[in-house]
Amino acid sequence: MTNWLLTLIIFLPLAGALLLLAIPRTAGGGALRAGALGLALADLLLSVGAALQFDLSPAAPEFQFVAKVSWIPEWGASYHVGLDGLSLSLVLLTNFLAVLSILSSFSAIRQREKEYYILLLLLQSGVLGTFLALDLLLFYLFWELMLIPLYFLIGIWGSENRVYATMKFLVYTLVGSLLMLVGILVVYFHGKAANAGVGTFDYLALARADLRLDSSTALWTFLAFLLAFAIKVPVVPFHTWLPDAHTEAPTAGSVLLAGILLKTGVYGIVRFCIPFFPEVSATTAPLLAALGIVGIIYGAFTALAQTDMKRLVAYSSVSHMGFVILGLFAFQEQAVRGGLLQMLNHGISTGGLFLCVGLIYERRHTRRLADFGGLAVNMRRYAALTVIVALSSLGLPGLNGFVGEFLVIVGAFQRHWYWAALAGTGVILGAVYLLVMVQRVFFGPLDKPENRVLSDLSFREVLTLLPVVAMAFAIGLYPKPWLKLLERNSAGIIAKVQTVQDRPREVLVEVTPPLEEKHLARMFEFTTHSHSDRESLPQMQPKANGDKIISQISLTRPTYPTRPTCPIP
Amino acid sequence: MLDHLWLIPVFPALAALICGVWGRRLQRRAGWVAIAAMLLSSALAASATAAFVGAPDRPPIRYVLFDWIQVGALQIPFSLLIDQLTVVMLVVVSFIGTLVFIYSTGYMKGDPGYARFFSFMSLFAAAMYLLVLADNFVVLFIGWEGVGLCSYLLIGYYMEKDWCADAGKKAFIVNRIGDLGFVLGIALIFAACGNLDISHVSQHAAERFEAAGWLITAATLLLFLGAIGKSAQIPLFVWLPDAMAGPTPVSALIHAATMVTAGVYMVARCNALFALAPVTMAVVGLIGAATALVAASIGLTQRDIKKVLAYSTVSQLGYMFMALGVGAFATGIFHLYTHAFFKGALFLCAGSVICALHHEQDMLHMGGLRKAMPVTWMTYLLATLAITGCPLTAGFFSKDEILWRAASAGSLLGWILWVIGLLSALMTAVYMFRSLYLTFHGPSRVEPEKRAHVRESPASMTLPLILLAAGSIMAGWIGLPQWLGGSRFEHFLEPVLRAGRESIAETAGHAFELAVTALSVAVFLAGWLVAHRFFLTGYPERAERAAQRFGFLYRLSANRWWWDDAYNAVIVRGFMHLTFCLGWLDQHVVDGLVNGTGRAAASLGDAFRWLQNGRVQFYAFAILRGVNVLILVLLYGHAGDLLAEVARFIEMGVILNR
Repeated sequence: MTNWLLTLIIFLPLAGALLLLAIPRTAGGGALRAGALGLALADLLLSVGAALQFDLSPAAPEFQFVAKVSWIPEWGASYHVGLDGLSLSLVLLTNFLAVLSILSSFSAIRQREKEYYILLLLLQSGVLGTFLALDLLLFYLFWELMLIPLYFLIGIWGSENRVYATMKFLVYTLVGSLLMLVGILVVYFHGKAANAGVGTFDYLALARADLRLDSSTALWTFLAFLLAFAIKVPVVPFHTWLPDAHTEAPTAGSVLLAGILLKTGVYGIVRFCIPFFPEVSATTAPLLAALGIVGIIYGAFTALAQTDMKRLVAYSSVSHMGFVILGLFAFQEQAVRGGLLQMLNHGISTGGLFLCVGLIYERRHTRRLADFGGLAVNMRRYAALTVIVALSSLGLPGLNGFVGEFLVIVGAFQRHWYWAALAGTGVILGAVYLLVMVQRVFFGPLDKPENRVLSDLSFREVLTLLPVVAMAFAIGLYPKPWLKLLERNSAGIIAKVQTVQDRPREVLVEVTPPLEEKHLARMFEFTTHSHSDRESLPQMQPKANGDKIISQISLTRPTYPTRPTCPIP
Repeated sequence: MLDHLWLIPVFPALAALICGVWGRRLQRRAGWVAIAAMLLSSALAASATAAFVGAPDRPPIRYVLFDWIQVGALQIPFSLLIDQLTVVMLVVVSFIGTLVFIYSTGYMKGDPGYARFFSFMSLFAAAMYLLVLADNFVVLFIGWEGVGLCSYLLIGYYMEKDWCADAGKKAFIVNRIGDLGFVLGIALIFAACGNLDISHVSQHAAERFEAAGWLITAATLLLFLGAIGKSAQIPLFVWLPDAMAGPTPVSALIHAATMVTAGVYMVARCNALFALAPVTMAVVGLIGAATALVAASIGLTQRDIKKVLAYSTVSQLGYMFMALGVGAFATGIFHLYTHAFFKGALFLCAGSVICALHHEQDMLHMGGLRKAMPVTWMTYLLATLAITGCPLTAGFFSKDEILWRAASAGSLLGWILWVIGLLSALMTAVYMFRSLYLTFHGPSRVEPEKRAHVRESPASMTLPLILLAAGSIMAGWIGLPQWLGGSRFEHFLEPVLRAGRESIAETAGHAFELAVTALSVAVFLAGWLVAHRFFLTGYPERAERAAQRFGFLYRLSANRWWWDDAYNAVIVRGFMHLTFCLGWLDQHVVDGLVNGTGRAAASLGDAFRWLQNGRVQFYAFAILRGVNVLILVLLYGHAGDLLAEVARFIEMGVILNR
């Protein structure tokens, strides 16, 4: 059965770009802008339609709206797209931010408008394809396709140092993606060997197959994939392309870069690294979680050190994405789900912050914090909206950022209390750098003459920020649908890693959740236990029916139902 | 009506939205919108109070509005709960809140940010209501951070002034440090109990935690860290005095009566947990006592009337924690309740004075205002009597109860707390009467151009003053000591705070209680006398002489024990240095490596550039030499000839490239 909805979603912007190409230059910018906005809106509506039809029940197939057409039969490559909870949430985010970034460009871009909107739409198609492809070769194609429009977007419409930034961005990411290509080939050939000489690039087939990689091959292939994704996320220390690219890009570029492009890295880790290499993922998890924590703290400190508003927001991305990485590699239910949700939250909050910075840059043509001050006096609407977006970014309860961060912290705590404590300092530091920014820009005396004449936001500008604020409240107050959407992915990751851990063990230990005091006691004394010993504590459960349970520790206390009925009426 | 009590926080939230979005159009009507919302919430709160007072053993009312966060075992419903403790807090927030709102219509009159002020104040009321109604730690945390946010916004209300914005930021960040502890405490409780509903956790605390075990100690200490931040205790109290940068009604409502007591409320709410952890209880008591003492000693020498009241608040919060620390949870809440009245009254009086003197806050430029502002003076006097513990006032009953509970705890810790409490009470009496005398008595030191315009505030401001002053006297009469018939207040709270009662050693008799009370009264009189001699009859000579004689102590107090200086020198500066270093590291080392790699590749290319020089002769020559090399290798494999060929080749390249 072939469903063409996803294909339509992916290629609508691309087809639209071709249409825009036909608009003559003499027609003026209005038609271009309306066309681009209309296309993005139509695509958003399509993806919302897909979301409404998406079946969340556990019995539903994992990937829905699947389309599969043979592409290069000799190699076993096919055009194969499909939608699961993770890709659905990311597709929605992509189309949401695409609309906003087009809307935000109306007055900011005055040169080569036609090329600009064409490239933006091209970028949108590339990203959507990346999130929806279920064929490794197709994925790689889309993965590289998104680089090209962005290269030009930064290089042509960026600010002073744009050529340096865009070169660095392109080369840095290419290094990673070429390594990924090697990884893809390794997986392909091992799959071919395992599959009696018939090669396939099909994701579902490869993820299910036993690739029979020996441990060192698995490690190196894992690292090849991981490096590509880690550069995109970015994981410290591979982050330095990000502040340059974000800062030099035009507003829409920064929004899409931070909001979506970084997510392709996380998406790749979830989609490929962990399912293909569960053993390596499990063994390297503490290291990667540590890198996540380093990112949280390091990113926050470096954000505080910036004098440029946009660079500050860019470094805050490093800090926030650290939460995502920590959550993922904690391999714990709350943490993984929180990490995935935090990924969406970051897209909304940081995307929103870049929109805010863009609005003021458009007026003042400077981003230096020292050039502002007291703007709350004459730009009240702008101040109010920016403060709300900043609050959502710093994790104020009731707004979106809190839910993700809280889940990651609670989940990480179940693994190692000090992970949570260290990650928690990021919450304090987040308040520091964002409030410093808010204060420098909005508070204090309005003493610079250039700032006195600034006008408040227009209706269109309010319209670009309002959806961000609405989403921040929506996810913050009612995260349930989003958490539900990500449930299967997070459960899948954990199950994958757990089955691996269960497989060769002599002794299987069953621990009835929730955690008991003595386990916590062992978690707290984190000195002497060997790694495997500690790993086995919180989550081991016999999975496969065939496993022989040699010893089973049953706990003395009765198990509590997960949702106790409260005796209070 | 009881089915709809969850609407209590909704009305102020709506008012906040209306005032925030349509503030410009509403202008003065913004105040009325906010007050109307407060009155609606107060009416609901009153019905809850009536329900619980009418039926003392009524079980708590619980509402689950919707499922908020659900991830695996972590189930966080948006649940609210109303029980006796909530009712007490609702009364405090509604009563003080409504009065402060009314007062603000007078105080903020003509301010350009009038609507913004009421929007933030309403948002604060909503968050505070949510905080006291929450039945889930995480829902409580929404209110907890919400009030913190409003506090931040309102401290920085005069946003054009840098120091106001700084003070707001400081408050928020210092609070966040405590909040980290709170969040980790929540995580630990979830790990241990698998549930985060406070009522559920409290009920099963004894099964889930080993009494006096390290796990419950860690959990309660982490929660208490949150309380330390919010309720401005040592070592995180430094934000509260700075918070006085906000408008005075804000100081009265947020930084005296309600928000800062949230920590006390939270500890009392979790009394079942804290009662299991004696070590934490001792820490709570000691930190409370230390804070009471330090803050009172600082209050002795402050010149800014609002700073005196701020340190007094810190000190009184210390008293509340002292009570909690000896297990007298109901007594702590009782002091919270009476304190809200008299401290609210004191701040609003100060506001009235500040308004009349056109934003003069230095008490050395006041004096003699008694005649011009009789209502303000009278209400300030009554509230001062209450806070200093004059017999039969509200403060007398609550403070005396704390001291008695400490003395009768039957432990060394109890006696230590009692002595510190008495000492702090003495200082409280001194600094409060000092502020009274310096402001309202003696000769006028008001600047001459202002002196003629000093007049009593309008009715919108004096009416709340009178009501609060009346409360300062009478609010305590529902909590009489045992020798006067026992506390109805404590009895009312018994269903909620039962855990606390069991841990108090009730061994002492009436005679002992009377003796403790007599000592408290003596301390009050002594303090009054000292203030009278030093700051009224013998002012300023005697005060100056004393300051000189006790030079070190005076400087210690006047410089606030150098707390802020120490923090600035060590933590803030260290932090900034670290920031600078990491910023440098990132730019020059981490990014330097990346750029270095790029540069290395470029120079590698440069090194072989001469090969591609575009001269046909050179290419022909290179081909020839290449063929030569191949032949030599194939025929002889002679290394020497090979090298000579390569050398000629390079030589040729160099010549050509000149």
